[in-house]
Amino acid sequence: MAVIKLQRPKLGPGEAIYLTALAKGFFLTLSHAVKSLLGKSMGAKDLASSGLGVTMQYPEQTWDDHLPEYYRGAPALVTDEQGRERCVSCQLCEFICPPKAIRIIPAEIPSDDPWAKVEKRPAAFDIDMLRCIYCGMCEEVCPEQAIFLRKDYVITGLNRKEMVHHKDKLYQIGGVRTGLVNKWNELK
Amino acid sequence: MLIIILKIVVLTFCVVLPLVPVAVFFERRFCAVIQDRVGPNRVGIPLTLFGFKKDCSIFGIGGLIQPVADGIKLFLKEDFTPQHVRKVFYWLAPALTLAPALITACVIPFGTDVTLFGHTEKLVIADIDIGPLFIFSIASLTVYGIAIAGWASNSKFPFLGGVRSTAQMISYEIALGLSLIPVLLYFGELNLSAIVQQQADHGWLLLPLWGHDAAHPLTEKLLFWFPAAVSFLIFTVSIFAETNRMPFDFPECETELVGGYHTEYSSMKFAMFFMGEYAAMVIGSALIVTVFLGGWSLGFGTDAWIAKLNIAGFGVGGLLHLGIFLAKVLAFILFFILVRWTIPRFRYDQLMKLGWVIFFEAALVNVFLAALIVAAPHLQGAIIAVGALLLIAVTAAIIWVARVSEIKPQILRA
Repeated sequence: MAVIKLQRPKLGPGEAIYLTALAKGFFLTLSHAVKSLLGKSMGAKDLASSGLGVTMQYPEQTWDDHLPEYYRGAPALVTDEQGRERCVSCQLCEFICPPKAIRIIPAEIPSDDPWAKVEKRPAAFDIDMLRCIYCGMCEEVCPEQAIFLRKDYVITGLNRKEMVHHKDKLYQIGGVRTGLVNKWNELK
Repeated sequence: MLIIILKIVVLTFCVVLPLVPVAVFFERRFCAVIQDRVGPNRVGIPLTLFGFKKDCSIFGIGGLIQPVADGIKLFLKEDFTPQHVRKVFYWLAPALTLAPALITACVIPFGTDVTLFGHTEKLVIADIDIGPLFIFSIASLTVYGIAIAGWASNSKFPFLGGVRSTAQMISYEIALGLSLIPVLLYFGELNLSAIVQQQADHGWLLLPLWGHDAAHPLTEKLLFWFPAAVSFLIFTVSIFAETNRMPFDFPECETELVGGYHTEYSSMKFAMFFMGEYAAMVIGSALIVTVFLGGWSLGFGTDAWIAKLNIAGFGVGGLLHLGIFLAKVLAFILFFILVRWTIPRFRYDQLMKLGWVIFFEAALVNVFLAALIVAAPHLQGAIIAVGALLLIAVTAAIIWVARVSEIKPQILRA
């Protein structure tokens, strides 16, 4: 490589005494501040700003509308259109979970239950949200499409116990999902 | 006696000290705005703690209580004294930084007279005839606090900060003092109250547009505007250096010296350094406003009317003037912050060069220029022209010497 000598630009007399540059700088900073005050900063619209700078002020405004489809929030269990718990307690998610956040206690479905042929469902399904790393492995590994990562991200609690999502809470977050795995339906 | 104590309490502790948290709040909000952020806008009075339904924010502006919250936080933090420090000086330094800044407040004229119950009182704690000299002598003591803190911390970064602060102070004090001489020549007065009164009557130093008479002709005032502007520039930059504000914050520049002289300090001792810095900033802007921008005067001949303002026997004109003065000071503090986010930090040798080579000489030349204009109003044309020519020659010579004496950067690799 040939050595290229870069000439520094020669300063004009106005720039050399520094004062005009100062004035220019003040004007630039001030106009930026005014723009920021009026909520016209660059990117303010894309970032859904609150009207002051580019900041979205969180508890009043949320990012919910802007969450992408693939957003990985809190894991949750879902029921199907007939209200059956999709989870069959195969424990694959429990075993794959990298931080070991999931704990399942399988239970047999009694023979007088309409879904007796499914054989098993979880008696307890706990996800420790303090351990969960939102990797989505549970969702990927589930053969019954029973566990999904939803868009919930506000997971708070006052102590460690509150941070464990039990089965009812997981179903409450998850809700119903239709038309995915239909192998247990009567019609099929 | 009682009145002096009352004035000290009211003006220092109820006017200047509250300006410090206000300056901090302004700094944080204005910085945030410049950087496209919001800044602290939530802290209010937590009335819900006492069983009320809603928290209260003052004037509908959230975050005004933020400085109080900061203060409480600093009080409640662990006050840790490291084993290796020199204890006496370590404890002494924060006080030595804060106290001078507050002492200088006593010669600042905050407003015209206030009349209460038939008793007229000036809004200045000590109306002495050596105002600016007093401020310079006391403000120079601030550096002892910083230097002692740096030495007493017994640790390398604070020490470097302290040494830098001392060197910086020496480079700037001279230019600071010299730059004010033209102003004192012009007013023929060292009493700050009288200086402001004269500005209120005959136009501010940098805005001499009203109150012309035989003793103060417009031509002389306009002619003096040039040295006044040079003085203002040098004085303002020197005040920035004196208060360790952004383009010259060498004693504590985070990127080089961790925290500078207050690295080893925590809790309220750190807070005192912090407060001292902001108090110096408040006093610095107050001084600039007083000397160059008309102090408490509103200008355009309205001041005599305001001073006579009277509500039910109480002369409140002084309070109005106090408000005008504080507004000007706050505006200047905003300018401090604007400078902080516009000009990057100087290199250390650049600061020294600016102080010793440029400002010192410029201030000297400026003194002669001002003296010419003040001393020879009747000989205007001739003397001033000759003087100006001489000054230009001297300036050119200085610039030439500075150029020649400059060490050319050597090319280290071919």
